[in-house]
Amino acid sequence: MARNPVTWLGSPTFPKAAKEALQDTQLRQNLRKATGTIRGRREAAVAEMTDWEQLRVAGEQIKDDVLARLDTLLVQLEESVTARGGVVHWARDAEEANRIVLDLCRAEQADEVVKVKSMATAEIGLNEALEAGGVHAIETDLAELIVQLGDDRPSHILVPAIHRNRSEIREIFQRRMGVEVSDEPADLAEAARVYLREKFLTTRVAISGANFAVADTGSIVVLESEGNGRMCLTLPETLITVMGIEKLVPTWQDLEVFLQLLPRSSTAERMNPYTSVWTGVTPGDGPQRFHLVLIDNGRTATLTDSVGRQALRCIRCSACLNVCPVYERTGGKSYGSVYPGPIGAILTPQLVGDLHDPQAASLPFASSLCGACFEVCPVRIDIPSVLTHLRAEVVEAKGRTAESVAMAAAAWMFREASRYEKAQKAGSLARFLARDGKITSLPWPGSKWTSSRDVPAPPAESFRAWWRKNRG
Amino acid sequence: MRVKVALFATCLTDTFFPETARAVVRLLERLGCSVEFPLDQTCCGQMHFNTGYRELSKPLARKYTDVFGSYDYVVAPSGSCAGMVREVHPTLGESPPRTFELAEFLVDVLGVIDVGAWFPHRVTYHPTCHSLRMLGVGDKPLALLRAVKALDLVELPDSTHCCGFGGTFAVKNAETSTAMLADKMTSVLSTGAEVVSAGDNSCLMHIGGGLSRLRTGVRPVHLAEILASTEEDPWLATR
Repeated sequence: MARNPVTWLGSPTFPKAAKEALQDTQLRQNLRKATGTIRGRREAAVAEMTDWEQLRVAGEQIKDDVLARLDTLLVQLEESVTARGGVVHWARDAEEANRIVLDLCRAEQADEVVKVKSMATAEIGLNEALEAGGVHAIETDLAELIVQLGDDRPSHILVPAIHRNRSEIREIFQRRMGVEVSDEPADLAEAARVYLREKFLTTRVAISGANFAVADTGSIVVLESEGNGRMCLTLPETLITVMGIEKLVPTWQDLEVFLQLLPRSSTAERMNPYTSVWTGVTPGDGPQRFHLVLIDNGRTATLTDSVGRQALRCIRCSACLNVCPVYERTGGKSYGSVYPGPIGAILTPQLVGDLHDPQAASLPFASSLCGACFEVCPVRIDIPSVLTHLRAEVVEAKGRTAESVAMAAAAWMFREASRYEKAQKAGSLARFLARDGKITSLPWPGSKWTSSRDVPAPPAESFRAWWRKNRG
Repeated sequence: MRVKVALFATCLTDTFFPETARAVVRLLERLGCSVEFPLDQTCCGQMHFNTGYRELSKPLARKYTDVFGSYDYVVAPSGSCAGMVREVHPTLGESPPRTFELAEFLVDVLGVIDVGAWFPHRVTYHPTCHSLRMLGVGDKPLALLRAVKALDLVELPDSTHCCGFGGTFAVKNAETSTAMLADKMTSVLSTGAEVVSAGDNSCLMHIGGGLSRLRTGVRPVHLAEILASTEEDPWLATR
């Protein structure tokens, strides 16, 4: 089987990638500012809602129901879409999905396509596959465009160019669009508008993802803020939508929950600015050919894990990224995947499905388990619990290591208070390493701690020794 | 009737910070509790569980139930260890006894806010992630600190942000952990406090370890030690 392009080939493990990213002063500043701002706005937008917790529970329940009935709901979706004039394609993995889309583009004799921002197409590496097949894909979401023109990689689910500030964006635009532009946001937006407008009017094929697909009506829903997606979804003659199989909701009414949860969680908006909904093909209005490509790409395998499957509830809002203290400092690219941050740390390794892949296996450990992600998740994914669950799977797959031997020894010691006390007494001798009540340098792996932190000298007498002497 | 309490000191506090456990004993006895310390106790298994050694943590969870099962109340001077017992032990097949983090035991069970403490220092408080998000301790520690005589409480900016400890995260992802710590220390230093307090010695060991390395002179002091301190028997910077 081909490797899953959800992780970028050649990416180092998380600790290595993070170490390098942490030295990027500009990145640290950009992320601190951007995540700090959006965190505050989300909090205010959510605080306005008196029924937020009920909405979260509803979102969780609807998604869990979808996952439990995915087989029948997907067939229902196919029937609904087909009945309204669309064509449904099924893809087991990225390779299959990319081939389907490329063939569809070739059938339209298109050498250029416009794209609506889409995580699914990023996950399968569609742009690269199309390029290799002679079809150039133009990203029309402003942040995606910045990433594409900068020959860069995305670092955020919602704002893929969050690692860039406006002077960096100005530089990219001047270099790639050949225009003079200031670093004022309005000027930058205008430059992008002029650049994209021509593409919207001349390109015959558009490719999108989907935020939701309604099984009983066959309607596809895309939420965006710029209107560029709306242009792609209405002007071209042919529309190809690539969608993960978990993006379903059973009925039209279920959307009411998610259309409240998603905008407030992602962009801190009360109502989403551009919500596009289409159902198959409408003669004389919008694209006249519609293809829906349903991708599995590791989802069915994820579904078999009773703890890990909750990651498939994700609606890609990015709230967990914005509150994550790890993400805020390392940035998204350290995760080596289109899905960074806390959700990436649990979704990516499951989609990869190979516990022996050192990069993917390092991701569940990229968290201090502070729980800020779970607190904000609109569909209540218990990310810390999934992280420890996946850590246990990684540890089991690795088998016997120096760490596992040390951990087993520690557990053996803790099983009997007498052994624990002996170890305590032996350990307290380390106080003779101390100067001024602290130890400043330890051999590996303790050096990983003492590289930046002192260790208090162990006391001459443990609490239990004191208790035994005074109270026992 | 005196409330009978079992103290779960936690392995870290028992071994490295005995003054915290002694302070819990002093405080709870002053408030009329009778405190017992079952000597068979060791560790709740949190390090093993959180690092992916779920199977190795199971006998430790079982041991906890065996040691403390007969008590109505178990009190731990640690939000993360109390969280491990309350939230994780049930997933390991245990029915643990009622286990409380110190601040919630004082406020929710004993119903006290003013514990009669005296602590003439400028203090800032880091709420710790597991107390905050796993146990929902909320602002109970702050309420307790506000009632301490002579204490000058300064609000910690971005207090709810993780300090970067995270158990083995601090060594597995040492650079990221340190970057988080750097920002926490900046917040602590911006308050001008002499003492940074928390309800968990693991986070305090991390924050304090960084503050010590930089020779900031800011001292980490567990909440229990502040609440145990009185005019007659004041906390002293002995270590």
